[in-house]
Amino acid sequence: MLNPALHLNPKLFDADAEQRPTRDGYGDGLVAAGDADQNVVALCADLTESTRTEAFAKKFPGRFFELGVAEQNMATVAAGLGISGKIPFIASYATFSPGRNWEQIRTTIAYNDSNVKIAGHHAGISVGPDGATHQATEDIAIMRTMPNMKVFVPCDAIEARKATEAAAHIWGPVYLRFQREKTPVMTTTETPYAPGKAEIFWIPSAGIKKPEVSIIVCGAITYNALAAARELEKEKIGVIVLNCHTIKPLDERKIIECVKKTGAVVTVEEHQIAGGLGGAVAETLAKYHPVPMEFVGMRDGFGESGQPAQLLEKYNMDVKSIVIAVKKAIKRK
Amino acid sequence: MEPLTEKKLKSLEFMANRLREDVIAMVSRAGSGHIAGPLGMADVFAAFYFHILKHDPKHPAWPERDRLILSNGHICPVQYAVLAHAGYFPVEELRTLRRLGTRLQGHPHRGALPGIETTSGPLGSGIAQSIGIALAAKLDAKKWQTYCLTSDGEHEEGNTWEAVMFAGKNRLNNLTVVIDRNNIQIDGFTENVMPLEPLREKYESFNWHVLEIDGHSFEQIIAAAAEARAIYEKPTAIIAHTIAGKGVDFMEKDYLWHSKTFKPGEAEHALKELRTLGGKIKSEHE
Repeated sequence: MLNPALHLNPKLFDADAEQRPTRDGYGDGLVAAGDADQNVVALCADLTESTRTEAFAKKFPGRFFELGVAEQNMATVAAGLGISGKIPFIASYATFSPGRNWEQIRTTIAYNDSNVKIAGHHAGISVGPDGATHQATEDIAIMRTMPNMKVFVPCDAIEARKATEAAAHIWGPVYLRFQREKTPVMTTTETPYAPGKAEIFWIPSAGIKKPEVSIIVCGAITYNALAAARELEKEKIGVIVLNCHTIKPLDERKIIECVKKTGAVVTVEEHQIAGGLGGAVAETLAKYHPVPMEFVGMRDGFGESGQPAQLLEKYNMDVKSIVIAVKKAIKRK
Repeated sequence: MEPLTEKKLKSLEFMANRLREDVIAMVSRAGSGHIAGPLGMADVFAAFYFHILKHDPKHPAWPERDRLILSNGHICPVQYAVLAHAGYFPVEELRTLRRLGTRLQGHPHRGALPGIETTSGPLGSGIAQSIGIALAAKLDAKKWQTYCLTSDGEHEEGNTWEAVMFAGKNRLNNLTVVIDRNNIQIDGFTENVMPLEPLREKYESFNWHVLEIDGHSFEQIIAAAAEARAIYEKPTAIIAHTIAGKGVDFMEKDYLWHSKTFKPGEAEHALKELRTLGGKIKSEHE
């Protein structure tokens, strides 16, 4: 059952549950951050509408900079602003930023300790028809290996707004990952959110004896993990679903606490299984508490054009694939 | 900016020569690092830190200071030397270049050493960072000037031209870029590796004000910086024609000295030549 302590959306599984893309939360959070602090500035590289930078640009035209199709320049100009008292947010699709401009981010933002927030949009395979060129599935890995960088992957539009506002308050470089498609809104404004603090969204219902697997998940695919938990409960299999919205710094304590209870773990992400959330969790567990582990994510391949649901099914990230992974993890105990 | 008197001119010449001596001693002691570029830019650095810049070495973070950003970080030995002589840190510390635990990293790092405004080394990102700094000044209605010292070779980087385009569009008149036009890079002469000419016209077509000067003439360096501050409508690019390896006969204009280091005896020869200003004066060290 949904963790009653977290004020999650009670209508989450209803057919008419509210759906919004996480990028909308970026747009809301950016305006709120701009209202709260006049040093917040926004930069965009010819994707102002689709990265939801538009509302900020309209409200604060003097604090918005259009860079044109030049992601490397966007990162480096932001680096200069960020060491001069400003709090720049830069936005593009994640394959271009932090993809194309990774070295500029490494040298002039991370190593330089410039107060820049990098918003990578259209992450994951659920970008859909645009195809593999626009589906970022490596961005968590390339950003979490960078010293001095924090990595936030919000699960819905409300959490995305909170993550964006939080990033403005934290000193130093932050990578924020957003997604294109409308996805169910799982949290509410009442749901607790703090960077670096993972939250247990699902716990076994009263009739189920004890959780057998910890499903650790990030991003909009958290909905699939919750749907899988519901399916499993029909078969009397209890699980924990941990929304791990901060990949770095990783909430190691909460992860170990959950895994000690379950003795097996499944990670779920719209990202390569190498180097992403699964990699981060595996590093922690290998060190402190090794248990059987299964990975749901992209298996060293590129995506393709298609509808988001079709792609998640084809590439084994749908509800059914998570259910299978959980059963496999239990068998390996 | 104060007027350039005969006395001041002499002191700048001596300072530039001292910087060249330091560069040779530092790089030969370190056993690696670049020499020709730093020697070629010694006059420009002396002019900036001892005449043009509004700065306070005792208060490196003074908010009203002019910002000088070094884009081609590999010539940092000359910046380290000028910062030390200006009073940012003790001159003796120059001996630690590239040693474990030093504040004088192989390429400059912001926060490691007072006076270093930004991290650089990977080429082509200095003008863009300077733009960010200049934009911040505009947003805060500050009067300080942002200067970016760049190399000619790094104009082969795409990021450089993305930045040049953006500064032209935004009429960043508080930004001045100085291009070290020494015509050499690691693989050879720039015009053979990847032709940059016509460089002046390239900048002009991106809506910049362009000046071309002799990068070894203090009068011209200082006059160009003054003109750049006076230009209201556009950012200014100063193409400073310099001689790589300036001051050392066997290094001048030889691209191989872009990144090679001294063989035994070469550093001593170079130092002797510098101490006599090419035979013009008697060395104090003999």
